[in-house]
Amino acid sequence: MSAFAAGLPFNPATAIIVIPALSAVALALMPGYRLTARLNVLAAFLTFLAALTLLTARPASGGYLMVDDLNVVFIVLGTFVGFTTSAFSASYIGHELEAGRLTPANLRFYHAMYQTLMFAMNLALLTNNIGVMWVAIEIATLTTVLMVGIYRTHAAIEAAWKYFILGSVGIALALFGTILVYMAARPVIGEGHDAMVWTALVEHAKDFNPDLLNVAFIFLMLGYGTKVGLAPLHAWLPDAHAEGPTPISAVLSGLLLNVALYAVLRFKMLMAANPEAISPGPLMVTLGLLSLIFAGFMLYRRRDIKRLFAYSSIEHMGLITFAFGMGGPLANFAGLLHMTMHSLTKSAIFFAVGHITQAKGTRRLSEITGLTESHPLLGWGLVAGVVAIAGLPPLGLFMSEFLIVSSTFAREPLLAVPLVFGLLVAFGALMLRLSGMAFGEPAGSTAPVKASYVPLFAHLGLVLTAGIYLPAPLVVWFQNVARLLG
Amino acid sequence: MGKFALDLAHMLAGGLVLVSFMLLYQDRMSGLLRVFALHAVVLSASVAWQAYAQGAPHLYITAAIALVLKAIIIPLALDRMVVRLGVHRSIDAVGGIGPTMLLGIGLVALSMTVMLRAAADADPLAREDLAFALSVVLLGMLMMVTRRNAVSQVVGFMSLENGLILAATGARGMPLVVEISVAFSVLIAFIVIGVFLFRIRERFDTVDVGALDEYRGGNQ
Repeated sequence: MSAFAAGLPFNPATAIIVIPALSAVALALMPGYRLTARLNVLAAFLTFLAALTLLTARPASGGYLMVDDLNVVFIVLGTFVGFTTSAFSASYIGHELEAGRLTPANLRFYHAMYQTLMFAMNLALLTNNIGVMWVAIEIATLTTVLMVGIYRTHAAIEAAWKYFILGSVGIALALFGTILVYMAARPVIGEGHDAMVWTALVEHAKDFNPDLLNVAFIFLMLGYGTKVGLAPLHAWLPDAHAEGPTPISAVLSGLLLNVALYAVLRFKMLMAANPEAISPGPLMVTLGLLSLIFAGFMLYRRRDIKRLFAYSSIEHMGLITFAFGMGGPLANFAGLLHMTMHSLTKSAIFFAVGHITQAKGTRRLSEITGLTESHPLLGWGLVAGVVAIAGLPPLGLFMSEFLIVSSTFAREPLLAVPLVFGLLVAFGALMLRLSGMAFGEPAGSTAPVKASYVPLFAHLGLVLTAGIYLPAPLVVWFQNVARLLG
Repeated sequence: MGKFALDLAHMLAGGLVLVSFMLLYQDRMSGLLRVFALHAVVLSASVAWQAYAQGAPHLYITAAIALVLKAIIIPLALDRMVVRLGVHRSIDAVGGIGPTMLLGIGLVALSMTVMLRAAADADPLAREDLAFALSVVLLGMLMMVTRRNAVSQVVGFMSLENGLILAATGARGMPLVVEISVAFSVLIAFIVIGVFLFRIRERFDTVDVGALDEYRGGNQ
């Protein structure tokens, strides 16, 4: 413990948690939104830099924090999206303030909450204790509930309430599962702190009572699965995405869903380490396919641009869960790649959507047309984003979807049929909506919008690069993680 | 552990399930809040007995938190709130009392079959505690589903959390960090909910969640 404390200032893993925590306090105390918006970006950038150092120097795992190949992927991706979203948010909220939808006091709260959310997510990813992981995900849920309700309109309050109730039930189920895991570990590892330390759990998992582990996994899957947004537990997701500020939609889709998925994966690894426990794969495959197909059909009936992309997130989280459920080196690799690409693309789309809704003053799809004519940069940015998310070549998601589909065909051809069907349904819906939004006669305001295009095109650039050329070290790294996942 | 210790622990945990059933059929807000306070008292007694029987003094803190916060402060605050909002008379429930109670009995049977089998080789105290705790959790969830009113959904959620605390204290030697955090999260949750209730009051003049649906309009 003392060695841990002594290592505080120099340990990048600690810095990733401490920087957002301190920034949250500082931002809560500071007036003036211009300054705080910039400080928010700076804090997110520093966190990202600290995360990058994990790639080279990896601190040893202790009783509190752990760093392995798996969570480094999530941390680097998460802090990067957190950083770019904070840059987008700085330009977005200026407009919201001018439009009178938010007050300076709201913004102070907003920035403090943004960093609290980053803190909670990084803690959930880095902690070595399944109890602390649960607490961190609960904090992340509560902060996003508050941010979803920040506009205080009827719809925003309803969305926040629904999110809060469903999120709490999910998180309660997850806690019950966590307690059951402890119960299973106690006879083997002994009482106390050690029986909740993940590295110890996975080491001794083969001796755990398999029945107890099975029940625990059902609760954890349903609990954290609610937070992943898997159907039929997804009901909070579209509302929360639609009614909150758009940067929060980007963070929800790009980060929070991944963090919940990370929790599911950790427990899946625990299950896999016990030979007598049920295989978690079929449950994940079923929930994943259900979400994919359900969301694919729901995409056709959307009238709200943010809800449209929220359902697309459900679709992709379903696909990723499916891939991890299939397991094996190739499917895990594809799932991991798809998760990375989806985070980057979906947050880029929400950056574009944020500026579009500000320019047009509406979220209704029927009132958003001809974007490529009225706002060429934004319009083409959106086109690129939707083309990417629909899985067209040469972008990154094409490659990951191709890998998922081909590995499924090779191993379970029967499962590949509904999988491809779901993907095609979603593809059709997205193309239909895209043609309406991007082309045709421009409707509504054509006034130019002061937007920051850097985060949008930076993300799209990365997705394009990944689609054309994946650097060898990245491939090796992801292959290692895929093996780790089993 | 003596047979008496075991019996008393079972009686208290079983009592919590019983009070959960009582919560299900309350049709008045003041009655609901009073029964919830009783729920918290039984929980507190159960946790305190576990603390004594396991020789784990830190569990007394959890018991004290349950007693002070959930048996006294929160019911009183909610009671004042519902009187001020003028929703203390009746509670809108989805479906009748009879079917809800039957469903509740089914849930308890389910959790008994699942947990008693899964935890067959755990020690008897923990095993039955888990079964009772899961029943309380499921009954709390049932209550959240069958009530339209925001305040009774909150009460349902808190009774669910009580079930979780029962499970956590039954797991011998579970690190304190979890218990404190559960209690703490209830507090946070309460603050969050309080904020929401006031905003809902501000906007709709009712805390019936059903009224919220009317404002959905064309935003699907």
